[in-house]
Amino acid sequence: MSALQTDVGDIERLPEKDRERLALTGLEVEMQNRCGSFFQIDQKVIQTTCGAEGIEMIPIKVALEKYDWVKDYSWNAVSPDKDKYTRYIAKQENPQGLVVIAHEGAKVEMPLQACLFLRDEPVQHVHNIFIAQEGAEINIISGCASSWQKEHGAHIGVTEIYVGKGAKVTSTMIHNWNPGISVFPRSAIVVEEDGTFLSNYVCMQPVRRVNMYPTARLIGKNAVARFSSIVVATPGSTLDLGSRAILGAEHTSAELVTRAITTGGTIISRGHILGEKDETRGHIECKGLILKDGIIHAIPEIEGTLTGTELSHEAAVGKIARNEIEYLMARGLSEEEATATIIRGFLDVKISGLPAVLQAQIDAAIDKAESGF
Amino acid sequence: MLDISDLHVEVDGTETLHGINLHIGQGETHILMGPNGSGKSTLLKAIMGFGDYTITSGSIVFKGTDITRMPIHERARLGIGMMFQHPPAISGLKLGKLLTATSHLGNDAIEALAQTVNMEHFLTRDINVGFSGGEIKRSEVLQLKVQQPDFLMLDEPESGVDLENMSLMGKEIANLLEKDVHIVNRRKSGLIITHTGYILDYLEADQGHVLIDGRIRCHGNPREILRVVKEKGYGECLRCKQM
Repeated sequence: MSALQTDVGDIERLPEKDRERLALTGLEVEMQNRCGSFFQIDQKVIQTTCGAEGIEMIPIKVALEKYDWVKDYSWNAVSPDKDKYTRYIAKQENPQGLVVIAHEGAKVEMPLQACLFLRDEPVQHVHNIFIAQEGAEINIISGCASSWQKEHGAHIGVTEIYVGKGAKVTSTMIHNWNPGISVFPRSAIVVEEDGTFLSNYVCMQPVRRVNMYPTARLIGKNAVARFSSIVVATPGSTLDLGSRAILGAEHTSAELVTRAITTGGTIISRGHILGEKDETRGHIECKGLILKDGIIHAIPEIEGTLTGTELSHEAAVGKIARNEIEYLMARGLSEEEATATIIRGFLDVKISGLPAVLQAQIDAAIDKAESGF
Repeated sequence: MLDISDLHVEVDGTETLHGINLHIGQGETHILMGPNGSGKSTLLKAIMGFGDYTITSGSIVFKGTDITRMPIHERARLGIGMMFQHPPAISGLKLGKLLTATSHLGNDAIEALAQTVNMEHFLTRDINVGFSGGEIKRSEVLQLKVQQPDFLMLDEPESGVDLENMSLMGKEIANLLEKDVHIVNRRKSGLIITHTGYILDYLEADQGHVLIDGRIRCHGNPREILRVVKEKGYGECLRCKQM
């Protein structure tokens, strides 16, 4: 047990409304179903603790001092010159964020939690690095939220994820912001031979703007990446989301799955798979439901450069079919109940290999959003 | 149980049922026959209350309550149930979830009911997605076994079903209609659309009706109607009425 900083008291002293918001992003103060925890309020790291053998969760500054080689992973997957947001983070003299190191062969099913909470500062910036060494398996649940009374602000985050040979990283990110908050995650993932990267993203509460387009580069044979996104845009929200996979080695595959609902906001759902090696496969699936007038703009791109790649996409945008609602009404559900039941099914993207606790967290976020449909 | 008086129904602005009168008493099962496009499914859907089927005049009274303008789910809760011929496939919605949402039964009870129609492995499947003809029918029967309607409408229960499934379906439908209960105590009623009459191998029907061009042309003994249609076709029914 390495407890660098632990002050759960600070979390418990948060107002009840904020603790509820954090709980919905996956934060468990009691840590019953978590094996490690990192908690940052604005630019202050409140907690880092990890009880799992072979796994370290430490603030980025500590990690860079402790291990000389960590610097090789810093600004490697993401270029500091990518855009103004990465430049902003790169120039910080006092970087904050989390480094997770899963040492060779360490396998833990119970999730590590990373919570980033925006409360008083206008801008929160983080630089995270997750490293799963050969054969390691970890589940990370990242909850990002703002205080219930926070009206305006921005969260800028760079996350670099390295999935080593035969390693597996499942990253589940749940956002719970406010209508005036803008969010700019800049993430990139590198997956080596036989490695698996699973990403789940859930954003179902109002936010001003989310803009992100994480890229996974599959550089080793048999590497797999899968991005699943479940998003709801409420009036005033603009979600410009996408994910990209570069099939850069033989026998690699990628799947990008999105379920998007607008109740008046705008969703741009981008996706790009580049097949540039033999025996590669990729599929993009985007399904959108327009419940109230809003925009869902699906932009799936598949790009192959040789005969040995097989890429496909399917996208559909529309309203709930009337005959589906009436079918359930004929079984005794009211129109509202039938609609909610169909939406619930629409959002039910069961992700194979996802631990039950992570699925439960996603389900809780859906339950919370459902009351607003 | 069900009283339909002078019912006129429009679909897409065109009248397709022209003054239907039908009375189905408690415990009775009626058979509805007629050529394709004669309005049989339209009648069932109008009784269920679907939005595309506009009742322009006439009335439907069920258990003494006028349900002519009642929303679909209230009709269902009052005891009307329907087996769909072409139910929609709903991506993501599990059959088991639907059964839980529409009843107060626990998982064990639902699982036990599913076993009776060999559907226990379909509870975690998206409803009707990739189901075969027989599987759709068994799923419909399972939903009705959970719902337990007092008045059951079946739209061509035989279509797309192989012999083995037909036997299972026939028995289950007979049970839903309480055919094992003595006529005096039987509470369940039914209206069954059939082209082939195979369903009569599994249950007795009390009355038959022939619907042609949106009008009921005749009533009578269901087996006799079936025999006449088999031997002489619906043309005979048309001629018969004109005579």
